[in-house]
Amino acid sequence: MSILVIAEHDNRALNSVTLNALQAAKAIGGEIQVLVAGHHCQAVAEQAAAVAGVSKVLLADSPAYEHRLAEPLSKLIATLGKDYSHVLAPASTSGKNLMPRVAALLDVAQISDITAVLSSDTFQRPIYAGNAVATVQSLDAIKVLTVRSTAFEAVAASGGAAAVEAVTASAVPERSRFVSEALAVSDRPNLGSAKVVVSGGRGLGSAENFALIEQLADKLGAAVGASRAAVDAGFTANDRQVGQTGTIVAPELYLAVGISGAIQHLAGMKESKIIVAINKDPEAPIFQVADYGLVADLFEAVPELMRQL
Amino acid sequence: MKVLVTVKRVIDYNVKVRVKADHSDVDLANVKMAMNPFCEIAVEAAIRLKEAGIATEVVAVSVGSASCQEQLRTALALGADRAIQIDTPDNPESLEVAKLLAALIQAEQPSLVITGKQAIDTDNNQTGQMLAALLDWPQATFASAISLSGEQLEVTREVDGGLQTLSLSLPALVTTDLRLNEPRYASLPNIMKAKKKPLEVKTPAELGVSLKAHTRLIKVEAPAERQAGIKVDSVEALVDKLRNQARVI
Ligand SMILES: Cc1cc2nc3c(=O)[nH]c(=O)nc-3n(C[C@H](O)[C@H](O)[C@H](O)COP(=O)(O)OP(=O)(O)OC[C@H]3O[C@@H](n4cnc5c(N)ncnc54)[C@H](O)[C@@H]3O)c2cc1C
Ligand SMILES: Nc1ncnc2c1ncn2[C@@H]1O[C@H](COP(=O)(O)O)[C@@H](O)[C@H]1O
Repeated sequence: MSILVIAEHDNRALNSVTLNALQAAKAIGGEIQVLVAGHHCQAVAEQAAAVAGVSKVLLADSPAYEHRLAEPLSKLIATLGKDYSHVLAPASTSGKNLMPRVAALLDVAQISDITAVLSSDTFQRPIYAGNAVATVQSLDAIKVLTVRSTAFEAVAASGGAAAVEAVTASAVPERSRFVSEALAVSDRPNLGSAKVVVSGGRGLGSAENFALIEQLADKLGAAVGASRAAVDAGFTANDRQVGQTGTIVAPELYLAVGISGAIQHLAGMKESKIIVAINKDPEAPIFQVADYGLVADLFEAVPELMRQL
Repeated sequence: MKVLVTVKRVIDYNVKVRVKADHSDVDLANVKMAMNPFCEIAVEAAIRLKEAGIATEVVAVSVGSASCQEQLRTALALGADRAIQIDTPDNPESLEVAKLLAALIQAEQPSLVITGKQAIDTDNNQTGQMLAALLDWPQATFASAISLSGEQLEVTREVDGGLQTLSLSLPALVTTDLRLNEPRYASLPNIMKAKKKPLEVKTPAELGVSLKAHTRLIKVEAPAERQAGIKVDSVEALVDKLRNQARVI
């Protein structure tokens, strides 16, 4: 068996979710290679080559891959993928954008968001907002998978010494073009991999008040998350939405402030190690999953919490 | 231009599903069904294009058994002009849905296809991307804004870390995210009118597609339940628990 793992990166650094996908690849077993496709991304290939357990790094360096658009990348990966038994990518927005295209070009299914590897062709994945767990067997010769990062420990980023081999880029002109990007620049840890996450919901009431969540997060060295209601109301940015249709998190500590605990929100955080809920409604469903619940007005409890930390 | 939207019949988002005792699947008997919320957003986007004078016709399509005609009627009540049910057993696999849709699209020749980003039952998040690949069309997934100038479609996408904007040449495929719009409700007169709008049924054979199984569902289990913990009575008690019991701060 040989496995190709698609590296996630920004042309400068390897994103750590790649290390989680590599853990899933290890669980499948076999030779593991990594594809780094981007532009001026030699440094990423070197980081990937240093990861324990990687036997070879394929480097596709071309302006066509600079923004990792799905159209040119899927063609490249589908061409390369024919020689592998498995092609894996993190279930990030980038992996979700790309891998179904790869699967369709290979005429195979894509199994989304796997949370466990039971054998080389059988995987577990959550369905119905995590209210059920499906065990799915692939009947295809090539298995195309996306990997839920929070379900697999990262492999060690060092200890490997793989060779880096250049692969030729496909030069087909594409009918999609990158225009611009507005990415949050923040000193806070990444939401998907942070050890501590502080999330705010509709209970915050306004964008101004949402600053309380950010202040509390900074006290704890935490990432900031939110419920859909808080994002829809414009209290905070879309990429902070935690849940079934947002980012999945599983930190050591998750603080839900002014969040009721709808199933769609729980789907994105209920694997957290310790959950704390602050809510003024003692009946809020979030308390059913919280290790520590505090029934209180957040506008009193959060400032008090900051004082005591 | 013609816009085609896909509509999936799924469990209502408010319902908490239960797993069947024999672990063969979830239990959908007597459960409230509805249009997938992301498809509602897709239908709304198409109708707004029509209201803006950009789209000339909106076609709604669903793949599944006759029961999905209910959701197609909803799409018609919301403003779609006609509907097509592609008749298959329930729960067709994504790749098969994409193949059936691709065959239909070859015949219908829309300039724009809008799908939801994710069906809230399977949580697959893949059908639109597969369809775009089969058609060799450009795609913009997770759209939070779309605008058209001439033959170029500009789409803002919700991605990890923020927003990305792409420009696509038509024909193109877009998958919807939550912030694209707020879907309207169907009015009673429009629900009545929808009953008279055309709804066509096509078979996979008519589309020249033979279905194939790519995966086998081995079992479906309930997730490990989380035990509710304790309520603390003060911030001080909370901090104490986090420091000395959970040791997470
Ligand atoms: C297709 C679809 C996808 C979805 N995806 C997601 C998703 O990925 N993530 C997600 O989060 N949601 C998602 N949702 C939305 C979800 O169903 C809920 O609507 C949402 O999570 C509610 O957000 P909330 O808890 O902030 O708001 P509410 O449910 O309104 O809860 C607000 C809470 O704040 C409390 N509160 C108010 N004031 C105070 C105060 N002063 N002090 C303390 N507590 C206070 C209230 O008691 C209440 O419990 C999705 C919905 C759909 C249909
Ligand atoms: N059986 C189906 N019939 C019509 N549209 C579908 C079907 N399955 C998926 N889709 C479309 O593809 C989107 C994504 O679904 P999925 O890839 O299953 O998560 C949905 O929101 C629908 O718009």
